[in-house]
Amino acid sequence: MELLVAIIIGVLVASGVYLCLRARTFPVVMGLTLLSYGVNVFLFAMGGLKMNQVAVVGMSPDPTDPLPQALVLTAIVIGFAMTAFLVVLALRSQGELHNDHVDGKPDDGGRS
Amino acid sequence: MNHWIIAPVLIPALAGMLLLLEVRERHRLRRITGLLSCAAMLATAIFLGDQAWGGEITVYALGNWQAPFGIVLVLDKLSALMLVLTAVLAFPALLYACCGDDRRGANFHALFQFQLMGVNGAFLTGDLFNLFVFFEVLLIASYGLALHGRGPERVKAGLHYVVLNLVGSALFLIALGLIYGTTGTLNMADFAVKAQALTGTDATLLNIAVLMLWVVFGLKAALFPLYFWLPAAYAGATAGVAALFAIMTKVGFYAMVRVYALAFADGPFAGLGQSALWWLALVTLALACVGVLGSKRLGTLVSYLVVMSVGTLVAALAFGQLEALGPALYYLLHSTLICGGLFLLADLIARGRGEVADDLQIGPAILNGGRLSVLFFVAAIAVVGLPPLSGFVGKVALLRSVPDPAYWVLLLVAGLCGLIALSRAGSTLFWRTTGEGSGLRPARRHLVAVLWLLLLSPLMTVYAEPLLQLTTAVADQLRDPDLYLSAVLGGDA
Repeated sequence: MELLVAIIIGVLVASGVYLCLRARTFPVVMGLTLLSYGVNVFLFAMGGLKMNQVAVVGMSPDPTDPLPQALVLTAIVIGFAMTAFLVVLALRSQGELHNDHVDGKPDDGGRS
Repeated sequence: MNHWIIAPVLIPALAGMLLLLEVRERHRLRRITGLLSCAAMLATAIFLGDQAWGGEITVYALGNWQAPFGIVLVLDKLSALMLVLTAVLAFPALLYACCGDDRRGANFHALFQFQLMGVNGAFLTGDLFNLFVFFEVLLIASYGLALHGRGPERVKAGLHYVVLNLVGSALFLIALGLIYGTTGTLNMADFAVKAQALTGTDATLLNIAVLMLWVVFGLKAALFPLYFWLPAAYAGATAGVAALFAIMTKVGFYAMVRVYALAFADGPFAGLGQSALWWLALVTLALACVGVLGSKRLGTLVSYLVVMSVGTLVAALAFGQLEALGPALYYLLHSTLICGGLFLLADLIARGRGEVADDLQIGPAILNGGRLSVLFFVAAIAVVGLPPLSGFVGKVALLRSVPDPAYWVLLLVAGLCGLIALSRAGSTLFWRTTGEGSGLRPARRHLVAVLWLLLLSPLMTVYAEPLLQLTTAVADQLRDPDLYLSAVLGGDA
């Protein structure tokens, strides 16, 4: 399972980084979303991975670590709010700059 | 338990919520609420500073959960100093914005208070994840503030600023995950103790985590190669906001100092990433010189002066002698206040010149420009570090405590570049004029706010000796991390 989770995190982060480096705002927003998903799964795994165990001490002989679950909840909330903000900002920049390039310039293949 | 410690977080939080409830059209009420909250914060910060000055480190366990299990707020001399600095800067910044800038968008006052809440919280917290949360609070508020007032330039700079900081937050979380995975704790003091015992793979992972932390703090502090967002974002922001942002880079520097002094001053991980920080700080200084000389607007020029101060400070930290932190903290106080004042002054000059704004080109003369030119002269002398003002005192103290030829050369060259750029800017703005201006005259409140910040420089010069002793005492407390550890973890640490 560790290998599977590691691969998932790796793929999510790699695609996130790739999309973040694009020149249009929409791929950048998607990239940041994927990046934050990857980070959330990573945070979730930081206390060690256990199968079929509850996160409450005393309910099972070998409980899983509850702290990462609390932390990842915080991270999800913050990440979600930030994505929403970024979407609004991207729309605003589309409205004000009349294109969706991250530098606010129309894409002319580097001629200007 | 002493409940006053949480007041610097609660006061702006309460004021911010009140401001959200208040009727939007009642500007007077909102301004009074905001200013009262800033004044209360200043009083509390001074009270807490007085308390911390005794040398005792006070710990406040949130919800009475004891460290290392609960989140703690820790008040030592360094946090108290930073709290006072924030409050001293925030009041004039808000006062300046209260002359009309706050009406250019909704919820300016609430965002301002939430920003202060995040900054104060970051200075007080003793928990790494809580530090992340407060960073997010201050960032979310700062996104709103940076975009306040609208305009395509702001949206463009804001987009870069937001995206970069979101990537920074992701890196911060990865670093925190690694730290929790290897040491099993997120409490700063507990982390500092447990990190020393790590070996093998865990030690390697922790190395990676800490280097990532430096990257994140470097992004917040605007260190090369992560400072390119700063000039556009700061020069584009409304003046009051830009003045408040002068403290934001210092939050990154504070986080570096805190983590470094606690866990990496000695022990098996001593000096982790230090030489990289040293060289990056020097490169930051050098590039800030280029930026200062090449600026086409006064706002951009001041932004590069902020970058320059960051390079100066981080190099002093990365030199590896915590003794150098005393003068560095004095320089931090000076540069934050003066850069804040310069942002306000740049806006006043821009208003006075009308359409040309703060572009460094020949334009109409400023109506009654005499007063502004005197203020500009004083601020320029202070920020460049010419005698007799506080920049000079700070730089001499820094040069004496960081005896490294590269640092000496770069700091002096930086001073020279700043001097050339500012005298060129000053002569363009005030002397090379064409006819009478059509701009606005500054309101009295504007002048009070600018004077408040700029007059602190002569004050800091007059009281240079006691202030330097104060910052040296702060550095001395940092040099003995056991004080912090035993205060947070109890006597057995």
